[in-house]
Amino acid sequence: MAEEYTTYTAQCFKSDQEVRWCPGCGDHAILASVTKALPEVSKLLKYNSERYVFVSGIGCSSRFPYYVDTYGFHGIHGRGGAIATGVKVANPTLSVWQISGDGDSLAIGGNHFIHAVRRNIDMNLILFNNQIYGLTKGQYSPTSPLGKITKTSPFGTVEHPFNPGELVIGAQGKFFARSIDVDLNLTTELLVEAAKHDGYSVVEVLQNCVIFNDKAHAYITDRENRADRTIVLKHGEKMLFGKDRNKGLVLEGRKLKAVTVGQDGYTLDDVLTHDATTADPGIHMMLVAMEGPEMPVALGVIRNVAAATYDDGVRDQVAEVMKTAKIHNVQELLNSGETWEV
Amino acid sequence: MDKQRTVKELDEVVIRFSGDSGDGMQLVGTLFADASSLFGNGVNTFPDYPAEIRAPQGTIGGVSGFQVHLGNKKVNTPGDYCDALVAMNPAALKATLKWVKKGGIIIMDTDEFTEKNYQKAGYKTCDAVEELNLHDYNLVPANITSLTKESLKDSGLDNKSIVRCKNMFALGMVYYIFDRPLEFTNKYYEEKFKKKPEIVEANKKVLRDGYNYAENAQAIASTYRINPATELPKGRYRSINGNTATAWGLILAAEKANLPLFCGSYPITPATDILVELAKRKDLGVKTLQAEDEIAGICTSIGAAFAGNFAVTTTSGPGLSLKSEAMGLAVMTELPLVVVDVQRGGPSTGLPTKTEQSDLMQALYGRNGEAPMVVIAASSPSNCFHYAFWAGKIALEHMVPVILLTDGFIANGTEPWRIPNTADYPEIKAPIVPAGTTDYMPYARDEKRLARRWAHPGTKGVEHRLGGLEKDFLKGSVSHDPINHQKMVDIRAEKVARVADFIPEQEVFGANNADLLVVGWGGTHGHLLTAVTEMQQQGKSVALCHFNYINPLPKNTREILSRYKKIVVCELNEGQFANYLRMNFPEFNYQQMNKVQGLPFTASELIDKFNQILEGK
Repeated sequence: MAEEYTTYTAQCFKSDQEVRWCPGCGDHAILASVTKALPEVSKLLKYNSERYVFVSGIGCSSRFPYYVDTYGFHGIHGRGGAIATGVKVANPTLSVWQISGDGDSLAIGGNHFIHAVRRNIDMNLILFNNQIYGLTKGQYSPTSPLGKITKTSPFGTVEHPFNPGELVIGAQGKFFARSIDVDLNLTTELLVEAAKHDGYSVVEVLQNCVIFNDKAHAYITDRENRADRTIVLKHGEKMLFGKDRNKGLVLEGRKLKAVTVGQDGYTLDDVLTHDATTADPGIHMMLVAMEGPEMPVALGVIRNVAAATYDDGVRDQVAEVMKTAKIHNVQELLNSGETWEV
Repeated sequence: MDKQRTVKELDEVVIRFSGDSGDGMQLVGTLFADASSLFGNGVNTFPDYPAEIRAPQGTIGGVSGFQVHLGNKKVNTPGDYCDALVAMNPAALKATLKWVKKGGIIIMDTDEFTEKNYQKAGYKTCDAVEELNLHDYNLVPANITSLTKESLKDSGLDNKSIVRCKNMFALGMVYYIFDRPLEFTNKYYEEKFKKKPEIVEANKKVLRDGYNYAENAQAIASTYRINPATELPKGRYRSINGNTATAWGLILAAEKANLPLFCGSYPITPATDILVELAKRKDLGVKTLQAEDEIAGICTSIGAAFAGNFAVTTTSGPGLSLKSEAMGLAVMTELPLVVVDVQRGGPSTGLPTKTEQSDLMQALYGRNGEAPMVVIAASSPSNCFHYAFWAGKIALEHMVPVILLTDGFIANGTEPWRIPNTADYPEIKAPIVPAGTTDYMPYARDEKRLARRWAHPGTKGVEHRLGGLEKDFLKGSVSHDPINHQKMVDIRAEKVARVADFIPEQEVFGANNADLLVVGWGGTHGHLLTAVTEMQQQGKSVALCHFNYINPLPKNTREILSRYKKIVVCELNEGQFANYLRMNFPEFNYQQMNKVQGLPFTASELIDKFNQILEGK
């Protein structure tokens, strides 16, 4: 019997729970992007709403599952990835979404993060990166820039931050996209792409913590400078950016360089075309690492490579073994091997 | 052959194979035990090996031993002291001699009793007979290594492979002395080395040559026969160890619940073999996930439980510590989960390959907040199957996480097991919410068990959110209300306590009014039963009350304890169960028998202790 599919609106995915993030928090925008993306994902992939499971760890972002009207699991600090992995392996037909922050995924849950990436389990991670611990009220995180002054680094941090994109690619990740909380449409678009990708899809959203790290991303999110300080990458399209779309990325030697088309002898032909699907991590690694002021910060789907997934592997292996199994129940198992009669 | 050699019939015998950790002692011990099981004897084994895979050769620290106890009836322990020792080098002899009975047989590989090996083992001289005073033993010196080389000189194997077969030569000798058939072991070679016929032939030849050598050895005064056990209940038997039995019991629970089995786990001694066995059982649809760490082991299982699988995780003490926070999450979310803890010597890394019962308090209380869990302990290699099944049944029907305690001794020990009929095991009916349910309240409970209902993601109309924050009494939504928190803490405790209505009453082995009640729990059962049985046969007034259900305790526990004037609680820790009883039943007086040496009790030390108590010392 064919399953019947429902058409949803964003409203369908809003739960009756009171949203308890601070006014002005970037999380509101991300929630709006998710509830906008889900109807589209449902339509594209023919998913009914009961198929979605949102799993989180601990932190401000991890309250997220309460606010989406589907199945949800609010776990313990750092362990959302492991819990979500269990959900997906237990029932691979579910669409599993993991919600996490920079502390949850890159500090206490770092191990689960890299292993979920390495296994390429078919889930979608939305990584809220506000470069601060919000729920514990303002301590530095693994993505806080070097020298950042916080409550636990009153004289500035002395440690180097992680770049989540570098970590994902370093751990053999197949999908990495980046957005900013204020760009709802871009986030929505990237979430749909993440859902379509078969494997562990990491979407980093640069998110503003209005209370403890306000304007941390302002350098790139400010409306007037955003176009010049970011580049939205699209597979198969030229790597162009800027208000006038006249800036581009070229490869010089082994390095990327931002140039202006028509200046210094650079032509449109020199500008690279984005190939998100190439398995070679070289250019992708350079793209995720770009920082201002010399370079624009890369947004969009930076890497989207097809590869076998963990959950398919588990399911296929069990099915394969069961096909030719000589043991079909526990009684046969107990009677297998050497036995004797008394 | 010496026609004058006598054959003595024995009721039981204990044999220990002892050598370097690379000498294959665990293998020959297992082969000997399996051959004896197949022959029909009662068998019980004790692998005693170092934590290092290949400890420095020839040293005391590297000695690996395997003790086998066989009898013409069921035997409940691997035996305190051995009648025969195979010592593959001076270190093995020195380390193990204290466990050999006076007059016992000692087979020594004289090729290995070299000056260098004597030194490595810390001897002062190069004469074990004088230095260890071996005059009271039946010594069977044999140049096993060179005899093995001689036996296989035409085998085409390289020298290293040939020398590796010396354990089989020694095994052949033991087979002769204890009148064992070779056929079972030959069959093992044929199956194990199916694709290497030259290895099969080499092993068979060495085994046979060892057997023949013993037949002609002057030092062997007599051979021994231990007849098959005849009083065992009729049926089909197999050999089983505790870890395999645990894995199979969990699979049966999944089968009876009609749910897929999921095991998220991380390798840790001595629990790893449960994961190894479950990983093999893809033929029965078992899903195993070797996680990145202990925490991921339990957290993947919690996720799988949420998604509707029968989820289990397996570990040992240090891993249980790492799982503490996640166990609290399972308590809070009231999901079915079985956590198997194969206890080992602690604290910290402790004695990874040795046995102990010192995780009891951790299992009962090792979580933040008021987080009671059901705790069950298996008490023999084979009944790990039974209690693993019951751990699963309780978890699934009561919607609670359950800790199943076993220990290194029963996990690795083997015994013959009458194969149960799985049809005799009850169905497991988890309170799964069907599609189309309209009135689902995630934390509404049934009246008898207080179990909440289990709605699996993917089911239409019962979408809900769970988590570690305190839950509203009915809706399960987040609640910080003070009165609600009190109610929830109380009901979670009551729910665990009510499991007592669904477990059997505690039984006592022995008289209702005996002078002394011996109390034990878990893996010490074989030794306690052996000691108490022997004393009862001597006319001593002793009874045994051995617990498998730890939390909650069986409902008649207080009534049992009240019947006895003297109670001694025996356990391989410093008194954790004794203190647990004191807390629950402070009106009684408890004496203690404790041991933390990484070793099981011996029946003889227990008997000495019980006699002292009876005599009022």
